[in-house]
Amino acid sequence: MLAEPAATRFRDPQIEMAHGAGGKASRKLVEGLFAPLLFGSVLGPLGDAARVDIDGAEVAITTDSFVVSPLTFPGGSIGDLAVNGTVNDLAVSGAKAEALVVSYVLEAGLPTAILEAEVRAMAKAARAAGVRIVAGDTKVVEHGKADQIYITTTGIGRILPGVTVDPLSVRVGDRILLSGPIGDHGVTILLARGELDLEADLRSDTRSVLPLVEALVRAAGPGIRWMRDPTRGGAATSLNELARDCGLGMVLFEDQVPVRDTVRGACELLGLDPLHIANEGQFLAVVSPEYADAAIGALNLAPGGSEAQVIGEVREQPAGTVLVTTLYGGSRIVDMLVGDPLPRIC
Amino acid sequence: MRFVDEFREPELISKAAEEIRKLAGGDRHYRLMEVCGGHTHAIYRFGLKDILPENIELIHGPGCPVCVLPMGRIDDGLSIAKDPNVIFAAFGDMMRVPGTQGSPLKHKARGMDVRIVYSPADALKLARLNPEKHVMFFAIGFETTAPSTALTMMRAKAEGIRNFSVFCNHVTIIPAIRAILDSPDMRLDAFIGPGHVSTVIGCRPYEWIAQNEHMPIVVSGFEPLDMMQSIVMLLRQLKAGEARVENQYKRVVPWEGNRAALKAMAEVFQLRPYFEWRGLGFISQSALRINEKYSQFDAEQRFSVPGIRVTDPKAAQCGEVLKGVLKPHQCKLFGRECTPEHPIGALMVSSEGSCAAYHNYEHRKAAMVHLSSIA
Repeated sequence: MLAEPAATRFRDPQIEMAHGAGGKASRKLVEGLFAPLLFGSVLGPLGDAARVDIDGAEVAITTDSFVVSPLTFPGGSIGDLAVNGTVNDLAVSGAKAEALVVSYVLEAGLPTAILEAEVRAMAKAARAAGVRIVAGDTKVVEHGKADQIYITTTGIGRILPGVTVDPLSVRVGDRILLSGPIGDHGVTILLARGELDLEADLRSDTRSVLPLVEALVRAAGPGIRWMRDPTRGGAATSLNELARDCGLGMVLFEDQVPVRDTVRGACELLGLDPLHIANEGQFLAVVSPEYADAAIGALNLAPGGSEAQVIGEVREQPAGTVLVTTLYGGSRIVDMLVGDPLPRIC
Repeated sequence: MRFVDEFREPELISKAAEEIRKLAGGDRHYRLMEVCGGHTHAIYRFGLKDILPENIELIHGPGCPVCVLPMGRIDDGLSIAKDPNVIFAAFGDMMRVPGTQGSPLKHKARGMDVRIVYSPADALKLARLNPEKHVMFFAIGFETTAPSTALTMMRAKAEGIRNFSVFCNHVTIIPAIRAILDSPDMRLDAFIGPGHVSTVIGCRPYEWIAQNEHMPIVVSGFEPLDMMQSIVMLLRQLKAGEARVENQYKRVVPWEGNRAALKAMAEVFQLRPYFEWRGLGFISQSALRINEKYSQFDAEQRFSVPGIRVTDPKAAQCGEVLKGVLKPHQCKLFGRECTPEHPIGALMVSSEGSCAAYHNYEHRKAAMVHLSSIA
């Protein structure tokens, strides 16, 4: 059944960078323009992937575009992101990626060696993630009309049985889990752009989180309420969306949130909050309290999950809000990111 | 992380909080102004209000450079950059500050060549890399950033770079404090003195506050323990009926300031006879302009500048908030017409602006019913 278009609410006169930055402006665009026109008026919470029923067989499907600059950076490249990003969106929706299709938009004049390196990176990442790339498309635009390579991947996934990912299932007392340190990817990209005379031993965290999600499902499947990979906009934005969708408060314990010293240092210097920085290989989960220990135990034992932690819990208040508390009794509200994170200097 | 974690040690902060509660016991109400926007940001970021007794009121001062910049100056700077040969370079702090035709970021979305730089030296680097273009650095900040702007112009001169200029909006902190104290509706007990500015100017320039106004001032660092200690030091002075300049931020701030930085400023800048501050009006000798020796780098001399003056929207009460007369949420526009996504006043733009800080970190907490249920 096709939905009737509903009234739009998006009133910004033009599209700006902030509309693509994953924070508040992005959400306004999706909820105010895309959703009413494409999905009709009935719209539940927006997840990372959709579930589609085809003759009784349910599959998960999602898509993502990658426009990163620079194309390569310590720890990965646009090719890695293009595979892992879509695999992860499916994983945190409770699905195992089975097949990807890929679209390339290439700028005329792009050296073949660069393209080949990225295609090889995609093949390698797909093997590592256990997903096939089964079809694709290529467009070339005039020199200057695009920035080297844009990649879009669309993934279809098999639903992992017995996993619920639904903001409305979240209850007071549930625990908030994080799979590992945040901010590595965003800060790596910031440094790789070379605009800052800062050097740090830091790599993007780009990876498939599917093995960790599977470990979590095995250990605590019935306890899982919600998952999300906090990419653009960071953990703060993902948790704010959850808080809004379920109407409860997300209370984080600042000292429990894993952040590497190099990331903290860069954020201190630039006046940024690690909770607003993008990640490409971590995920957040909300788990019912009786499963929390089993969940963390399983994640810690799984490869790449040794730094997983409980970082907070769901409370009734402050409703619809993310609150960070400190060991000395102070607290602050952490909102969604507004636009891109901009460094503070003066 | 060294030099940070020591100053966020929960046990020490709790001890300082205990000390403050003891010192502030009794009926007296204390109104302390933190001059610097960096302190405002820290107060909200670390949730310090939660651990201070209610009779200690923190008033947010004028030390946020983008907040006190009149909208007309932004329009002037952007009007120069309408020339497609001009690259507009500025700190990230400036990028979302609205002019009448929108912020630098909005202009960028419309096609203007706007770049975020991390220092004036980066803007000069842009000029070297783009010899066919002219790079204009939109300079903002107090004495904290003015020396690096000065050194950059000195380097540009030494290298004979011709495609670089500075649109200078540097301001000085002392006249702003004086204006606050001259304001008839202002009643303060003491100042938390600016930390970064003082690394350059030192502590002596504040002595008149202690001597003439008989108010204590403690130059403070930006970590939670720094700020708690500074409040302890201020309360001790107030209880003893003293008024002195003290330096809590000794690990960074030398009493005499940074002579090399002051010398660079003296080489390049001269005082403007007067300058407009948003919310505070015209203040004499409160800002810097580029002197004759460096006029080749003065964007205001190289380009025709319209000299736009914009009155702030009537309903916005930025001036009252800036002076600490109103709390951010008492402004009629706060959280309704004026939000971080659609800022009307500059105090809502910079995360150091008291309105944005209050909006981001505090205002919904104020509306919470069961605050006490949060550990």
